[in-house]
Amino acid sequence: MKKQNTFIVTAAVTAAVIAAFWLLLAAPGYTGNEINMTRGVTAVSMTNYQLHMVVLWICVAIGVIVFSAMFVSIALHRKSKGHEAAQFTHSTTAEIIWTIIPVVILVAIAVPATSALVQMEVAPETEMTIKITGFQWRWKYQYMEDEIEFISSLQASSNAARRLASGTDPETVENYLLDVDKPLVLPANTKIKFLITADDVIHSWWVPALGWKRDAVPGFINEAWTEIMEPGIYRGQCAELCGKDHGFMPIVLNVLPRAEYEAWVSQQRQEMAHEQSQVERLWTRDELMELGENVYAAQCATCHQADGQGLAPAFPALAGSSVTTGPVQDNIDVVLHGREGTAMQAWSKMLTDSDIAATLTYTRNAFGNETGDVVQPQTIARIKNG
Amino acid sequence: MSIESTHSHDGDTHDAAHDDHDHKPSGFLDRWLFTTNHKDIGTLYLVFSLLMFFIGGSMAMVIRAELFMPGLQLVEPDFFNQMTTMHALIMVFGAVMPAWVGFANWMIPMMVGAPDMALPRMNNWSFWILPFAFTMLLSTLFMDSGGPAAGWTLYPPLSLQGGQSFAFVVFAIHMMGISSIMGSINVIATILNMRAPGMTLLKMPLFVWTWLITAFLLIAVMPVLAGAVTMLLTDHFFGTSFFNAAGGGDPVMFQHIFWFFGHPEVYIMILPAFGVVSEIIPTFARKPLFGYTAMVYATASIAFLSFIVWAHHMFTVGMPLTGELFFMYATMLIAVPTGVKVFNWVSTMWRGSMTFETPMLFAIGFVILFTIGGLSGLMLALASVDLQYHDTYFVVAHFHYVLVPGAVFALMAGTYYWLPKWTGHMYSEKWGKIHFWVSAISVNILFFPQHYLGLAGMPRRIPDYSTQFADFNMISSIGGFIFGASQLIFVGVIVHCVYKSKQAATGRVWEGAKGLEWTLSSPPPYHSFNTPPVIDSTTIAHAGEAH
Repeated sequence: MKKQNTFIVTAAVTAAVIAAFWLLLAAPGYTGNEINMTRGVTAVSMTNYQLHMVVLWICVAIGVIVFSAMFVSIALHRKSKGHEAAQFTHSTTAEIIWTIIPVVILVAIAVPATSALVQMEVAPETEMTIKITGFQWRWKYQYMEDEIEFISSLQASSNAARRLASGTDPETVENYLLDVDKPLVLPANTKIKFLITADDVIHSWWVPALGWKRDAVPGFINEAWTEIMEPGIYRGQCAELCGKDHGFMPIVLNVLPRAEYEAWVSQQRQEMAHEQSQVERLWTRDELMELGENVYAAQCATCHQADGQGLAPAFPALAGSSVTTGPVQDNIDVVLHGREGTAMQAWSKMLTDSDIAATLTYTRNAFGNETGDVVQPQTIARIKNG
Repeated sequence: MSIESTHSHDGDTHDAAHDDHDHKPSGFLDRWLFTTNHKDIGTLYLVFSLLMFFIGGSMAMVIRAELFMPGLQLVEPDFFNQMTTMHALIMVFGAVMPAWVGFANWMIPMMVGAPDMALPRMNNWSFWILPFAFTMLLSTLFMDSGGPAAGWTLYPPLSLQGGQSFAFVVFAIHMMGISSIMGSINVIATILNMRAPGMTLLKMPLFVWTWLITAFLLIAVMPVLAGAVTMLLTDHFFGTSFFNAAGGGDPVMFQHIFWFFGHPEVYIMILPAFGVVSEIIPTFARKPLFGYTAMVYATASIAFLSFIVWAHHMFTVGMPLTGELFFMYATMLIAVPTGVKVFNWVSTMWRGSMTFETPMLFAIGFVILFTIGGLSGLMLALASVDLQYHDTYFVVAHFHYVLVPGAVFALMAGTYYWLPKWTGHMYSEKWGKIHFWVSAISVNILFFPQHYLGLAGMPRRIPDYSTQFADFNMISSIGGFIFGASQLIFVGVIVHCVYKSKQAATGRVWEGAKGLEWTLSSPPPYHSFNTPPVIDSTTIAHAGEAH
């Protein structure tokens, strides 16, 4: 008898502690970490939130009923209380009932689940198109109508703090791991089509506030659409394992009212025109070295390391390498077109001609490479255009 | 070694005849390396899987330690990815699957009234392949190019970026597959050919039924996995383009092939668990299993459905609407037979005369926590919301609920249940219960917060995270450390039971136990039944519902 009491007390205390623990965290006054799915800012995300909550409560109800029956049985039908075991073995009626009731519940869930999926997958007429390309480990955005394109990478402050034993407390970095150098700027209340693909491995583009994620598959183009109802900053991350820096390729949306968005577009177009004129002029060695050092730190150092020593075995050293100290032509070729089957990408798709020229100049003269070579942006442009 | 002293049960007509023919090999190598005995091979499988459980578990400790707080403190991201990949491969192929084959080896011949497995020499080979396969797999961690780091799903093109060590991974998977298929052939041959006269299919214990169905699943899908990884191998080393879009291939095709294997695979890990729990609950409720026939049909239905739901792992790859609807509906259907099982377990307990020894505690823990994992599975089935849940910690929480307090709790329940039968000694009930309570509490602290993390937007397979996820990651890690450490109690209880326990087990062991294995002495004779036992309705658990 005493043993059974110990059992009941242990079980009750355990259950109470666990329940109190979770209820406390879920209580309305709780101000700590978020514990539920976002409602988001699109019709699709709100539909998904509602469906999630409905099914969650159905599951809770099923759980409460099933577990209650179990706990009643555990409390009453125990040998220590002298309960004699009944010897019934089956009931076809019962089996039919608890087959049919779940089927009815499932059909009831399937109806809203089907309409939610149709709402998401059947795209309306869209007003603009953004092409998203996943790279290891950054996103490229192209505005198909406005001919704007840029790369969006992890913000430098996060990128420094996230190094192994960096000594920087992530709590001191604003939006740690969820900030980028150039966010994707989008207009509010506009139906936008996304064309999603990847250049190297599979990535997945996910902003929870939009209500979905979609895989970016190399060689294939996936479509998705959205209409964001409220201007604001929305953050997300790559959701498909894509290599060592999978955790470090965030997505940031800066959603603007229509008029502000238009202003941003014209400013971007001016900047791109300015960039074009930069390619055509001759740069000094110092200008190239300065820009090259910045680009190297932002784009190359992740793999080849700040000191050019690389990370054996996957990421070769640039210091004293046969590529960075060999013929310029071959070096340009590797940077522009990448190396098949390795993480070395075709940078012609991601960086401007000035950036590439500057980086080449930098890597051929830094880390003790001292080749004395200067690579001009117009050289890169000429090679790229055949 | 004398076993007569433990005879204390009824219906015992077999043992006396056995003792004279109990030819245990004497040398260590003869006994273990060249063994063809189902019990010795079962022991080898179980010890091997326990070792793998700790190796895979220590990788989980590395993962939880790195995720203890934001920022990278311990390992580089690439090594973190090797740990998540290896943890899964080791736990799935090295811990859970071989453990179930170990149970099958020990119990199926005793449960159907056979002297041994049908194909004893193949049995030896199917075990001894495994240590070599896993040595090869683990050795990749020490190679220049490191271990596999693309996740256990090995999705190309990422997995193809791995270095030379990838070939070792593929060959290790081939060997595990060969081992599993041979084990399955043996199980099927034993069950279909070696049952004692009168042990009709619908009188077999549910554990035997679930393993029979599992064995067919294994034979159906392990070759599919072998094909998939072979194509990865040739894409990587021989320039083919099965999964390379630039060469006319399709990376998504790999995912379809992988999950055609992968979804039945998750049922391969859970169906024998259903079987074990269906043995334990009636024993400690002192009441026959409710709805035996329905349980058999439910298991078969789950197995069938497992072949037509695979693409629910791939709702985000860009499938046509009709495809998504089909896989959503088919997946939701699985809730029906799974529900039938849970309702039958509860009905078995209902109006029983229950006691709560360690096996029963783990079985009840299984039913509750597996049901929680099943319910989150229903949520994941809904394709549109899955586009939010997919690849987040919500999924991690879901599959760990069905695998850890699911499959692993059932393995522990089965171990405590049959350990006295295997060893002839009782384990320490006190320490068994401590093991249960510490495990049951810590496993929830470990995995429950991961639901919150996923819903709040934390992707899986990341080595570092934004500060908004800090609290629950720390709680989860603390739970993980306690859960990991508490498994040392399990080892302690087993070692004590095998080598130190002075309390002899009776043949029956448990007051309410029914089934042929309990008619044998504890420990049972080296060859279980040399003459077929007489099947009578008082000794077996399922004498037919109609009577």
